[in-house]
Amino acid sequence: MDLAVILSVLDATIRLSTPLLLACLAGLYSERAGIFDIGLEGKMLAAAFAAGAVAAISGSAWLGLLAGMAVSLSTTLLQGAAAITLKGNQLIAGVAINMLAAGMTTFLGQTWFSQGGRTPALSEGGRFSPITLPFANELSGVPILGPIYSELISGHYILVYVAFIMVAVTAFVLYRTRFGLRLRAVGENPKAVDTAGISVVKQRYQAIIITGLLCGLAGAYFSIAQGSGFGNNMTAGKGYIALAALIFAKWKPVPAMFTCLLFGFLDALQIRLQNFELPVIGVVPVQAIQALPYVLTVVLLAGFIGKAVGPKAGGVPYTKER
Amino acid sequence: MSAHRPLPRWADIALLPALNLLLAFLVSGLVVLLVGENPFHAIQVILYGAFGYGDGFGYTLYYATNFIFTGLAVAVAAHAGLFNIGGDGQAYVAGLGAVVVALALDQTHWLIAMPLAVIAAGAVGGFWAFVPGWLQAKRGSHVVITTIMFNFIASALMVYMVNRVLKPASTMAPESETIEVAGRVPQLRQFFSFFGYSPVNLSIVIAIAALIGVYILIWHTKFGYAMRVLGANPTASRYAGISNSKMIMITMTISGALAGMVAINEVMGVQNRLVLDFVAGAGFVGIAVALMGRNHPIGIALAAILFGALYQGGQELQFVIPGITREMIVVIQALVILFTGAMEGLFRPSLERAFMLLSPEQKSEAIAVSTAKPES
Repeated sequence: MDLAVILSVLDATIRLSTPLLLACLAGLYSERAGIFDIGLEGKMLAAAFAAGAVAAISGSAWLGLLAGMAVSLSTTLLQGAAAITLKGNQLIAGVAINMLAAGMTTFLGQTWFSQGGRTPALSEGGRFSPITLPFANELSGVPILGPIYSELISGHYILVYVAFIMVAVTAFVLYRTRFGLRLRAVGENPKAVDTAGISVVKQRYQAIIITGLLCGLAGAYFSIAQGSGFGNNMTAGKGYIALAALIFAKWKPVPAMFTCLLFGFLDALQIRLQNFELPVIGVVPVQAIQALPYVLTVVLLAGFIGKAVGPKAGGVPYTKER
Repeated sequence: MSAHRPLPRWADIALLPALNLLLAFLVSGLVVLLVGENPFHAIQVILYGAFGYGDGFGYTLYYATNFIFTGLAVAVAAHAGLFNIGGDGQAYVAGLGAVVVALALDQTHWLIAMPLAVIAAGAVGGFWAFVPGWLQAKRGSHVVITTIMFNFIASALMVYMVNRVLKPASTMAPESETIEVAGRVPQLRQFFSFFGYSPVNLSIVIAIAALIGVYILIWHTKFGYAMRVLGANPTASRYAGISNSKMIMITMTISGALAGMVAINEVMGVQNRLVLDFVAGAGFVGIAVALMGRNHPIGIALAAILFGALYQGGQELQFVIPGITREMIVVIQALVILFTGAMEGLFRPSLERAFMLLSPEQKSEAIAVSTAKPES
């Protein structure tokens, strides 16, 4: 394969891993604070719909993004009310959120726009356009490094850069700030945090607010950056892949980035490998590559390659001693 | 210490679910109002569509058959403290077992094909749940995450199997060969013309048998007792000499086998071939059904009929009121899961307080507790 092909696969990798990465970091905040979140998919879907709908009506991508984040946030707070305040089962809350989003987006989409659940195609300003980094065009003539800079690094949507910046921000917040220390502490030993006079409930709500906002970014990416308008079930299970990536990365931000890039790469490869004959193996069924992220996660969870141990207090609602 | 008195049994199993269901309907009604339609008219349409005539009722029962299986699958696992979220995937791969047996035996008689297909579908579905069970029991990976992953692995596997293995070379559509009439599960309409053209079939008998079987298994066998001990307190069950890991693996296998019965209803009773995505989310409806039905066979049967009616009525709804699509049913289902499953704490505390104040001897106790005693 020549450089152009490799670059185009890697370029697709970055585009496809961005929503995974945003959702994965979103899940990281929630799960590190002790709240299992299998509702990432639903929150992304709701955000994608809201972003697509508002961007279509207002013609502004930024308003769309804002709407996506707002809807994702309120969905998260509903989930939080069930899982934190009412001390309900976090997993069931997540299932309910996923189902609610799947039903509501299609239902409202059909009723409001009557296009079979799709939102209208976006106008020029309703969609984010790729950003050309400085000197990208001038440098594209430089051998090897030029195309890498101008094709691979430059020319993505703003949300792509936000996602990768968020990795560094998350790593800093988690390991270098008081907030991050407390966040990790409520996920491991909420009683100790409570004893220190810090409100577990407040800390957990703060964590899921970040989760909601990041899911909003991830969802908006689908409908107003990568795509032009919302389509039925647009997130297509990406929220679950992000969850898988989170576990695969052992709930750490930088490994999360590499895992999402790997899963994004598999996705890009899968598109490229349709009917492509590999040496030795022959034609690889596309489905095998599609299933690979899930299989890898199962294998990892089973402890066959390293061991994934989640936050200790994950999944348990915190009850103060009465 | 606050005096914590559990609710009377009837309130726990009937009143609380009813309140939660009412709330779910109320919110759904608001959504219907929001889009400018009349919720009462919608309910009327759903009720007529689901129960008003033979065809509709037949469809309700056909959907309910699926939901009984998936509801039982979730409930059996729940009694052992496991959350099997993978009913969809288990039912999907079970289709392989059902279709292979049905196609092999479709020259004989359904009385031969059906029992063997039940075993095959149960074995395949059971295996798809056994692996996550084994991974939880022996390798400590969380069964919820593994079953979610297995749902996706199942759908990739099935797309491959249907397109590359089962599809005859002559057809374009992604589906297996058609099962001959002799290998199909007979339709109820062959015996009762009342059911019109609806696809309700003898699989419903298996569903009823499964309800009874699960009841006996959980409350009248040693195994069921061990399951409930494990669910209530894994440490206690270890001390009682129960092998927790063995229990987890067997329980998950039973759960998966029950989910696998969906394949009998769909593949041998309705579609007469293996098609893509024949489960259509029934595994997730099972979660709502088990939650509504309080993991008890009677509750599950009632909840399955309720959801069957919603699904059938919802189909009708989109014809009568074009403003409302059948996705409204998914919304109702999600709200039921949210309110009965995750927001249980919404009504329970106030109900408990109300019941304490209602009964005289409990009232005096409640007052005694709430008024501070002098320090002695």
